[in-house]
Amino acid sequence: MILEGDKLTIGYPDRVVGTSLDVRMETGEVLALLGPNGGGKTTLLKTLLGLLPPKAGEVRLDGADLSSRSIRERARLIAYVPQTHVATFAFTVEAVVLMGRTAHGDLFARPTARDRMVAVTMLDRLGIAALANRPYTMISGGERQLVLLARALAQEPQFIVLDEPTANLDFGNQGKVMREIRALAASGLGVLFTTHDPNHALRAADRAYLLRGGERIAEGPTKEILTQAQLEALYGAPVRVITDATGTAFVPG
Amino acid sequence: MNNVRSAVPGFAIAIAVLIAGLLLALTVGRYPVGLGDLLSVLYAKLAGHRADVHPAVESVIFQVRGPRVIAAMLVGAALAVAGTAFQGLFRNPLVSPDILGASSGAALGAVVGIYLSLGIFAIQAVAFVGGLIAVAIVYVIGAAVRSRDPILVLVLTGVVVGSLFGAGVGLVKYLADPYNQLPAMTFWLLGSLSSTGIADLLPLFGPVALGTAVLVALRWRMNVMSLPEEEARALGVATGPLRIAIVAAATLVTSASVATAGIIGWVGLVVPHLARSLVGPDFARLLPAAAILGGGYLLLIDTLARTMAQVEIPLGILTAVIGTPFFIWLLASVQKNWS
Repeated sequence: MILEGDKLTIGYPDRVVGTSLDVRMETGEVLALLGPNGGGKTTLLKTLLGLLPPKAGEVRLDGADLSSRSIRERARLIAYVPQTHVATFAFTVEAVVLMGRTAHGDLFARPTARDRMVAVTMLDRLGIAALANRPYTMISGGERQLVLLARALAQEPQFIVLDEPTANLDFGNQGKVMREIRALAASGLGVLFTTHDPNHALRAADRAYLLRGGERIAEGPTKEILTQAQLEALYGAPVRVITDATGTAFVPG
Repeated sequence: MNNVRSAVPGFAIAIAVLIAGLLLALTVGRYPVGLGDLLSVLYAKLAGHRADVHPAVESVIFQVRGPRVIAAMLVGAALAVAGTAFQGLFRNPLVSPDILGASSGAALGAVVGIYLSLGIFAIQAVAFVGGLIAVAIVYVIGAAVRSRDPILVLVLTGVVVGSLFGAGVGLVKYLADPYNQLPAMTFWLLGSLSSTGIADLLPLFGPVALGTAVLVALRWRMNVMSLPEEEARALGVATGPLRIAIVAAATLVTSASVATAGIIGWVGLVVPHLARSLVGPDFARLLPAAAILGGGYLLLIDTLARTMAQVEIPLGILTAVIGTPFFIWLLASVQKNWS
């Protein structure tokens, strides 16, 4: 499956955030979206998810306009992992993951045995089955990120879109989320994520998309795109590169 | 299936409160009825023969206390269910059923009805319609204001429109005849079930049953509706239409109870919290638990209201006196997670 944005103008009713943006991604690959704060990453993400209508251009899924599909159909194809937040009510982890099954039932549907099975499977897959009966409000930030990822997987989508999945996570959990993203792509899902850390893109993504001031300044395979010159242009700040036999890392200069 | 098992004690407590409320409400009062008499009268009624008790006992149970008991259960359940729905919808545990102006609209309708010297049913009808109109105004304005946070706009509009209707109530009270009309208005605004008769039950039951049925049918979707707007949509829920359905159902239920019993605050705020602490936040369990507990809660309060003193104490005053300290305790003790 192919998810693409064609000459998108993105923004809100009162404000244009970005213009003439072309994006394209396929199932089985990971695309990282990088750029400075306020550059339009989240807005582009929401437009590709169909949460925000494009002001011009078209978002297409396998060639058909995304808005021609119902909101339920879309949720069965593209899942969203928001930045972790504090929930208002203390739902159990299992209940949160079950909410991922919403689009698979009609308006009055109650979760079926299969829905519960899928939820348990996804919790297992991410190694958090032990949390199933804990309140979502009482687990750590890293665990919450994994729970939201399990909820997205329970949607059984073709694409997963993650908004800064490593923000607010400790070092160990950042690594875990990066590994999970690679595993998702290996299992055939298309993954799009935003990040502030080029090293995460380098490690987990096949391609990178650099967005600054609402404009695409570069796009392509991570190893070719993520260079010192590109990153300095992207962030408008000096960047240092450290290379050894095991690989490359970027450090803010 | 751990979840199912852990909800059983919670439901048992809620049902126990309801049964205790029922027994107390039917036996206690100016004409005390023994528990044995009550049970034999109820059993005889079910079996279809006459009970071996004084006729006055039967009349107290079925004519005097019966309708009032049913009304208290319906109003309590209605306010609790509406409060539960609104707290979920607005993702805020401090919300009560009158957040969108249902009570202030109904209040304005009722005082206008009293001012125009309408009959009791006409006053209830005007109050009911007033509640619906107030919420409709709030919703139309809230939807017309473009914002990234439609929930916040809706709540703020509700507060503003509510205070405008409150000013209207003040104006009508100011103009009212201070000897005949003003006491009736004040009494109504404080909430009471003292004049509830059998004829009041049908106009109360219809809207309450309809609204509650809609909310219960949507209970699984209401879990998702308690998430941030964009998350709910990304999970495949058309939030706009669903929000209208939930607001309409909760408003129907609130307006019907306010029209019958006047303004009874706090029930719709306190009971959802109690229910949540019993069975957890999952609406599939929370809604029925809140309905049962709300019915029992208002029955107990109403029994207190008519037995505590020589004169009846308005319900709104009792619920406030009980609700305020309870809520402060709640804020202090379970603020970390509203479980």
